[in-house]
Amino acid sequence: MTLQKRLRPYYLSLIGLVITVVFVSPYAVMLLDALRPSGDVLASPPSFLPREWQWNTFGTVLSDTRFLNWLKTSVVVAVSSTVIVLLAAVPAAYFTARFRFPGRTAFLLVVLITQMFSPTSLVVGLYREFFDLTMVNTYASIIITNAAFNLAFAIWILQGFFSSIPKDVEEAAHLDGCGRVRTLWHVMLPLTLPGLVTTVIFTFIAAWNEYVVALTLMQDDAKKPLTVGINSYVTGYQQHWDELFAASLIAVVPVVILFAMIEKHLVGGLTAGSVK
Amino acid sequence: MTDQLDASAGAAAPSAAPVARSPRFRRRRHESGYASGLSAIPWLIAPIVLIAGVVVYPAIALVQASLSDYSITGLRRGSAGFDNYIDIFQHDDLGLVLWNTLVWVVVVVALTILIGLGLAQFMSKDFRGRTVMRWAIIIPWAASLVITARLFTLILDYEHGILNQLLVTLHITGEPIDFLGNDSWVMPSMIGVGVFVSLPFTAYVLLAGLNAIPHDLLEAARMDGASAWKVYRYITLPLLRPAMLVASVLNLIYVFNSFPLVYTLNDRNPGFTHDTSITYSYKLAFKAAERSVGMSAAMGVINVLLILVVVMIYLRIIRWREVTQA
Repeated sequence: MTLQKRLRPYYLSLIGLVITVVFVSPYAVMLLDALRPSGDVLASPPSFLPREWQWNTFGTVLSDTRFLNWLKTSVVVAVSSTVIVLLAAVPAAYFTARFRFPGRTAFLLVVLITQMFSPTSLVVGLYREFFDLTMVNTYASIIITNAAFNLAFAIWILQGFFSSIPKDVEEAAHLDGCGRVRTLWHVMLPLTLPGLVTTVIFTFIAAWNEYVVALTLMQDDAKKPLTVGINSYVTGYQQHWDELFAASLIAVVPVVILFAMIEKHLVGGLTAGSVK
Repeated sequence: MTDQLDASAGAAAPSAAPVARSPRFRRRRHESGYASGLSAIPWLIAPIVLIAGVVVYPAIALVQASLSDYSITGLRRGSAGFDNYIDIFQHDDLGLVLWNTLVWVVVVVALTILIGLGLAQFMSKDFRGRTVMRWAIIIPWAASLVITARLFTLILDYEHGILNQLLVTLHITGEPIDFLGNDSWVMPSMIGVGVFVSLPFTAYVLLAGLNAIPHDLLEAARMDGASAWKVYRYITLPLLRPAMLVASVLNLIYVFNSFPLVYTLNDRNPGFTHDTSITYSYKLAFKAAERSVGMSAAMGVINVLLILVVVMIYLRIIRWREVTQA
């Protein structure tokens, strides 16, 4: 029994290590491909390690102005989309969680149905709409589109979190003289922090990686986001696989940093309970 | 401070559970929360405007396109009635494509939820290296799908692929496997990559759900002598329902609509052998012999109806109203 208890963390760590390797290994291959000359990527037979280490790929990409422009667009688009989603979804989720009103079920279903349209099939209509509004090639067009396509997740998950908070908590705040909006801000939001964090991570990543809409609405090379821009490293004419993969790995970094920054709030509830 | 908040968030969860409370009691509790449709508008206006502008308008354009006749160069020539839909239903490959779609969606979503559940449970345990593992799991989600798809076409390649090199070097297989070209391997390979990229999102939604379950409840059950399996089956799983609902419904939609993976991994293969209905509708307009914008739009409309039916059936099965109104 005691032996089992002492061994436990170690075998858990071992399983954890295996899981880590599974999730990291394809991207380790990506890293190795970024560090070998482009021709080596498609060599036959393939070699596990680069035949020739090429250390300057990341430097080349990071000093490429085009890459920095794409990076800037991705940051602007992902951050703005996330802010808009939160501003739109929090009040709606709170209200649908707390009140029965005519059309409540319909609202939740319509929101869900909007997710069912694949952006691929809507993109022609979107292009026409933004063209009419002279908004093609603007950040606003892809920010608004990303926000709209990610609302469903935010509203659904937040309303789940809001409805799991007992009414008593809110009524107490009410009795203390808080208005509806102040109760939401000061009482409910802190309580649903894990839900908010999930929403932020989710929306940010979805906007960061959106491809089809940006590909269609952003033709100005300097204003493309990373997902679209980096594809020009490998086209029919030039095959810079090393640069494509280096750029892709750099693009993962902001997401992992954001995640590392807010992850503790996601798991906060858990650690609070498990510390005895 | 944080501890206090977390504790109260934890204590909140039982109200989400259909365990102890009778339906009548639940209904009465909500009566204080009635509101008229009009008073809802200020709270819902932003999502409604965004959705109307970004989804409804192009959706109408899509339906219009599906009812139009286009020239081979994509110019609209007039109305086509339901001709495009008739053409789709008479298309030889529709049956195959629908079958592929069914296999792809059901297998990927089922495996993702099952493995994601285990992964979430494991992530919630305390051990050395936990943080590193959590960061590792986020990577496939954080990486662009388009690039991940290209990466996997390289990894799984018959001739240049590192996976075959590994399998042959370790004598697991004698011959390299044509993962993306051999008809019996293409779908399993696509499914493998599909599950891999869907797991991070799923595991994190389920983890968030697990975190909302109060520890006191689990401990109380354990003290009463319930076995680990019973605690899981009768307490954890029911309390996890809201998170399961979000994870499974959104996975259904994302996997169904997944374009880059199916398209890129399957790029080499002729015809529609391993296409799902999303890549099928794209190829109808831009790649296949048809080159028909109208047929592609019609297939786009059919796709939405298909996923709508699937999600509705699913919501019915899991009785989502109980979950969202608990």
